[in-house]
Formats: sequence, C-alpha cells, structure tokens
Amino acid sequence: MTQIDASELQVDEIPAFPTQRSCPFHPPGEYAEIRQGDTPVRVALPSGRVAWLITAHDQVRQVLASPHVSSDRGRDNFPIRFKQPDPEITEKFKEFRPSLIGVDPPFHTRLRRSVITEFTVRRTRELRPRVQEIVDGAVDDLLESGKDGRPVDLVAKVSLPVPSMVICELLGVPYADHDFFQDRTATLISFKRAPEDGLKAFHDLGDYFRDLVARKEKAPTDDLIGRLIVAGRENGDHDSEELVGLAQLLLIAGHETTANMISLGTVALLEDPEQLRALREDPDTLMPKAVEELLRFFTIADTVTARTATADIEVGGITIRAGEGLIASGLAANRDPHAYPEPDSLDITRNARNHVAFGYGVHQCLGQNLARLELDIVYRTLFGRVPGLTLAVPAESLSYKDEALVYGINEVPVTW
Amino acid sequence: MRVIADREVCVGAGQCVLTEPDVFDQDPEDGRVLLLIAEPGKTYEDAVREACDLCPSGALSIAED
Repeated sequence: MTQIDASELQVDEIPAFPTQRSCPFHPPGEYAEIRQGDTPVRVALPSGRVAWLITAHDQVRQVLASPHVSSDRGRDNFPIRFKQPDPEITEKFKEFRPSLIGVDPPFHTRLRRSVITEFTVRRTRELRPRVQEIVDGAVDDLLESGKDGRPVDLVAKVSLPVPSMVICELLGVPYADHDFFQDRTATLISFKRAPEDGLKAFHDLGDYFRDLVARKEKAPTDDLIGRLIVAGRENGDHDSEELVGLAQLLLIAGHETTANMISLGTVALLEDPEQLRALREDPDTLMPKAVEELLRFFTIADTVTARTATADIEVGGITIRAGEGLIASGLAANRDPHAYPEPDSLDITRNARNHVAFGYGVHQCLGQNLARLELDIVYRTLFGRVPGLTLAVPAESLSYKDEALVYGINEVPVTW
Repeated sequence: MRVIADREVCVGAGQCVLTEPDVFDQDPEDGRVLLLIAEPGKTYEDAVREACDLCPSGALSIAED
C-alpha cells in the first residue's frame, strides 16, 4: 500500500471536520465519503488544529489499544475541537486536564486501579434495586406532572434526574446541588460557549469538589469519595487534589452521557413501533441487545476518543507520525459496513457488543456497566409502565445537541 | 484451549464477566480479572473467544496447545 506523508499535503486541501447532521439519527453525510477507501484522512478542527480522522472499526480499535498514543490534552497537537482564539486562554486551558480521560499510563493505571472495584459487574448489579427505586420515583413524577394530559419534558423528569441521582448517591454528592452541576457540565461541553465561560465552569466544579472533599476528609462518609479517602490514607497515597479531579470527572461523565442515551434511545424506539412492540413483549431476551444496539447506533461521545501519537503508527496504509493528532471516531467505526451489516439500520436483534461507543483500550469507559444497568431499567420501566407513551412533537423537530461534545436532545415533550 | 489472563494489563472493564461468568470473574479486592476455569472446554470456546475480542486492554489471550 502507498505510504502518504502528511507533509506532502497542502493545508488548504484539508477539509473541515464534518459536524453538520442532515438527519438527527445519523452521522454527518461526509462520514460515508471519508470512509470510502478506509484510509485515515486529515481534517481541520475549529481550534485550527489538524488531525487524522480514523473511521474503520478495526483501525479505531487498533489505535485506541496502541501504547503509542497519548490522551494528554496539554500536548501541542492534541485534537481540541473547541475554538480557542485567544492564546492567553489557550495557555490557561493547559490546566484543563481532566482526570482519568486526560492522563496517560503509568499515572492513569494507578488512578484507574484505585477506583475499579466501585464499578465491577458485581458491584453494579448490587445497585439494581436502588436504581429501580430511583427510576420508579422519576416515572411517578412524570405521570403525576402529565395527568392533565399536557405534554411533559422527558429530559427534565426522567433522563437527567435518574443518572444524576444515581451518580450522586454513589459518589456522595448532595443531589440538591443538581441545578449547579448540570448547568456547569452543559457549559463545559458546549461548542457555543465562550472559552472563558468553559474555564469558569471547570473552576466552579473544581471549587465545589474541593469543598466537598475537605468536608469528607474531616468525617469520611460511606460513599465512593469517602471510601477513596480511607483507602488512600491506608495506602499512604491520599492526594486531595487528585481526588477532586477524579470526583469531578465521574460526576460529569456519570450523568450527562446516560441522560442523553435515555432520551435518544426512547425517541428512537418510539419512532420504530414494530421493534418497540417486540421489545415490550420480551424484554428479558431483547433488552440487553437493544441497549448495546442503541449505544452503537448513537455513539454519543464520538470524538472523546482523540489522541496524539507518541511514535509513528502504521494504520490503514498510512503513517501517522509521532506528534500528530488523531480522532478515532467511534460513531464512524460503529457505522462501518465491514463490522455491521446494514450499519445505518437500528436492529435490536443484532449482536452489537463489539461496538466502541464506550471507547477501547485502557481508557474504555469505567462506568459502562452502570450505564448499561441504568439504560436497561429506564427503558423497561418507561415502556412497561407507560404503554401509551408517545412524542408530543415530530422527532425531527426536536432540539438536538449538535453543538456539544456529547450528542443528545435538549427537550423531549411526551404524552400518553 | 488454555486462557491466559494478564492481571498487570487488565483495566477492569468487566467485558469478560459479562460474556462468560463461568470462566471469568473480577477480584473483589482490586476489580481485575480472575480466571475461574484456566482450561475451559469446548462448551465455552465461542464465549471465551468473544471475551478475548471484547477485552479493551488486551489482557486476555488463548494458548492453543
């Protein structure tokens, strides 16, 4: 295969990273064009940086599993998507180095190991009864709010409260503070916000957790943050600032992503009455497959899997040079026809378990089993308890989060 | 078929346990992979191969001997 040297390409030939969706359920049309040839292509990001876009399922897994890539957001060529017009702010953003997802081994290995036991398959399953209670409470609230027949927003009543309450209880964060952290998270991941507002949201959340961790250090509570303080002191490696960063990341990652999957999955199933009927008739068989298929189909955190190469990597017939940025597009990989027959069809009977919606490699989502549990319970409960559930407006006229790092829907008015 | 699980590489994603809980578990002490059956028979072959494919960290492999 021909080797292409990136330096031979002219900068003005580099297309902009495609972000415009023509249909809310499918990737931007350019993804299919880029895929032809299955060779990584260079794209220009709104930040002014250039990155290799990788779209083939096997290549995405290859680079994300490679030891020669870095997740460190502070590297010069890291594929940042946010616009950063002011060099002074760009410099300040070097502090913006999220815990876990923004660090490399061996530090990442130690940090991840400190918290794995909280998210094992067994520990997550033990949470089922409590998560079911939380979901039942949210659905009660939805039914009560709409008993006069007026449309109710599913996002406000179910999608956001459920994962927010679950992660709050697990971490030991007061749910009463949800308006604060939901607002700051939305700002943080929005492409529309001003850079200084993103920085402020990040600092606000940091200050909040600094205060919370300090209180738990005085009197450790029986929750994830409290347990990590106790374990850290026993091992002699307790680091307050490290825990602040970790807790902040877990809170952000633990509510916004699952909330969007609840909304998108519900809308997609309501739009597909035949598959929804099958799912309602046999949830025990079909729900686990439906959850994986919906995760594949939407891949809401498409470009979180950005990296910088730390050595030359051969991928799909080209060489990505050490120091160059790359985006391993989970959404493109999960729509790769070589990996999934008829990739653009939602098919809840297929085995989609090898999707990369949770990423791949050492950074694969820590909370994936918790996300699966929440989605399973929410879809079962919602479709089971509200047989007449229906969208109050056409799906195509909903407000989708095209302007955010994590895809989703802003509001989903429903009736029944 | 012999399964090799590298606990130094494991990141505790739990994909193997979801795929075949008879063969794989997670250590309650550290969340990393535990092999319940080191040499699973034919019954488990497909599931073990799927678990190896799904493992995100490359901690699982099969020694064909």
